[in-house]
Amino acid sequence: MMTTLNPKSRAATRGWSDITIRNVFVIPTVAFLIIFNVFPLLYSLGFSFTDFRASSKAPIHFVGLKNYVDVLADPVIWRSFATTLWYVIVSVAGQFVVGFGLALLLNRPIPGKGLLTTLLMLPMMLSPVVVGLFWKLIYDPSWGILNYALGIGKVAWLTDAKLALYAVAITDIWMWSPFVMLLSLAGLSAVPKHLYEAASIDRASKFYTFFRVTLPLVAPILLIAVIFRTMEAFKTFDIAFVMTGQPQAELISSRLYKMAFAQWQTGPASALAYIILIMVLCITNIYVKYLNKAKER
Amino acid sequence: MRTATKSLVAGLGLLLASSTNVLAQELTILWAEWDPANYLQELVNDYQKETGVAVKVETVPWPDFQTKAFTEFNSQGSAYDLVVGDSQWLGAASTGGHYVELTDFVKSHNLTETMAPATMQYYSEYPGSSGHYWSVPLEGDAVGWAYRKDWFEDPKEMEAFKAKYGYDLAVPKTLKELVDIAEFFNRPTENRYGAAIYSQSSGDALTMGVENFIFAYGGSLGDYATYKVSGLLNSKESVQGLEDYKKLFSFGPPGWGNAFFAEVNTAIAQGQVAMGMNFFAFFPSLLNEATNPQAKNMGFFANPPGPGGADFAALGGQGISLISYSKNQEEAMKFLDWLVKDSTQKRWAELGGYTAAAAILKSDEFQKATPYNKAFYETMFKVRDFWALPEYAALLDQAQQGFYDYVVNGNGTAQETLDKLAATWVDTLKNAGYQAE
Repeated sequence: MMTTLNPKSRAATRGWSDITIRNVFVIPTVAFLIIFNVFPLLYSLGFSFTDFRASSKAPIHFVGLKNYVDVLADPVIWRSFATTLWYVIVSVAGQFVVGFGLALLLNRPIPGKGLLTTLLMLPMMLSPVVVGLFWKLIYDPSWGILNYALGIGKVAWLTDAKLALYAVAITDIWMWSPFVMLLSLAGLSAVPKHLYEAASIDRASKFYTFFRVTLPLVAPILLIAVIFRTMEAFKTFDIAFVMTGQPQAELISSRLYKMAFAQWQTGPASALAYIILIMVLCITNIYVKYLNKAKER
Repeated sequence: MRTATKSLVAGLGLLLASSTNVLAQELTILWAEWDPANYLQELVNDYQKETGVAVKVETVPWPDFQTKAFTEFNSQGSAYDLVVGDSQWLGAASTGGHYVELTDFVKSHNLTETMAPATMQYYSEYPGSSGHYWSVPLEGDAVGWAYRKDWFEDPKEMEAFKAKYGYDLAVPKTLKELVDIAEFFNRPTENRYGAAIYSQSSGDALTMGVENFIFAYGGSLGDYATYKVSGLLNSKESVQGLEDYKKLFSFGPPGWGNAFFAEVNTAIAQGQVAMGMNFFAFFPSLLNEATNPQAKNMGFFANPPGPGGADFAALGGQGISLISYSKNQEEAMKFLDWLVKDSTQKRWAELGGYTAAAAILKSDEFQKATPYNKAFYETMFKVRDFWALPEYAALLDQAQQGFYDYVVNGNGTAQETLDKLAATWVDTLKNAGYQAE
């Protein structure tokens, strides 16, 4: 049996004020963020100026900018940065092409479209470690299905210095293209149909319609996909760590992990983490700038 | 009724008292997740039966083991009383104040006499030759070799080998012979390869493999007492050892640039290779037909001497140490008293653990217990280890990078690789405050 609240009762008249709502919902969230995000961030910033080693009880000394100078002077770290940059370019470009291409294919009436879309999204629902191990088997030079299917002999995809990075990037493309596809599909379906009708009446070619109607309208959402994927690709760790130990394919996150947890160089590792953070922020800002320009258009 | 109530209260009191007592008598050992940890749990169950003190072996997967252990140490947590730590941790854990010094314990139990000398030197003593001890050797281990007896004993193969190399095909007497045998069996068109050796760039895999050759060829990684590196690491002997390791690597299965113990055993089980390098701790699974269809064809041998007769092998294994932050140190010391007893060490060996007790290793009973025990015994008296300084991880990473670039990626020469590594190591050691040269 339903009961109604008496409008004159104390409970009904004593509604929550804005201040109460702020106190109940916002303050715990902010407190949580400060404790688990802001505080560790500032704490590690402090470490980055010291010789602190998390494995040792030795006294901590302030070393100024030494850690930053050492990290930026280390050729191994620069190699990892260069590898990461190339990986980001290959991986994100691949995801963009495959993801957007799939979205264009699916943005038309085809039988079983719903099922097909769901199946295409499966890779991004898997754990990256599982995907890495799965592709490791596919790439195996002795019994992997890829070499067999391509009939190219025993190519050592994951240990060859020239191929390992591309092999990891292909796996990342396979896993995350559906994400780009999903966002692109949302963008494509939001393009007003009357614009295509108008273009058709004006006898615009499909090529012209794509570049003058579709792409400009979908561009903002594509840029959002690219921002997300660039940030994620920049900090890729799990897939690469599981798949290859080839130093020529070592990404900056793997180098950071080794410094922080294998070598316990907590001070220099904190400095490197800040350098990575600054780089990601810079790249994201460039994208956001373009995103705003695209929106203005 | 009153009597019944009194009895109940008394019973509850006793129960509470006894449960409190039991809680105070629990020890927890931290180790990596592998078969020997299961054997240890079986062993310590006997201790519980004898003393009533429960001992629990908690395991962490190998890749996270060091991180977990040092995170615990650094937080000074008392969750673990003892740790079965890697030999390379000794420097960091002892100078960091995480291990309780066991010098008095070692002396009172005469462990320097009763344990295989190399195990005390590398699992327990830090700094080298200082007479300060930090652990009790628990799981002795080193790198040995498994081979396909059926291939080695095939008359046609034996005849062809003799015709090609001029001597009999048999268990190699030197590493030069081992490389010859690997070359002989390397037939990619038949999906058959010479040898599966360590090649992984992460952790210590490739360096462990290379160490076998550098040590046995008469080279070294440096003088651990004086920190002299130049002229030792890049000596003529070390260079020859590294060159032959690279040659042996070329006789491995395709894409063999990311291999450690699991990959080696897999290649053997798949019948791909004539020989496989691995830690003795991973040999039991090669004799299990459920995991290795070639089980009945397996033979084992110790790392052979180098061409100059130097006879060494790379050390694995761990010692058990008392954690400084344990709240049960007294009980843990009693446990160590029990652990080093001859009867306990014998039981440990029976369960499958690799004891470091010299008398047991030398006994016929031990050597005949499995097909690889004799090779293990021979190896444990000729082992050498990597640097055990607190900076070992940085030195190891530099070695892994250098060796990988030469052995797997084929860049540069062995001399260039070792010259560069020697210079890098000297810099690293000097930056850490050692008088390195």
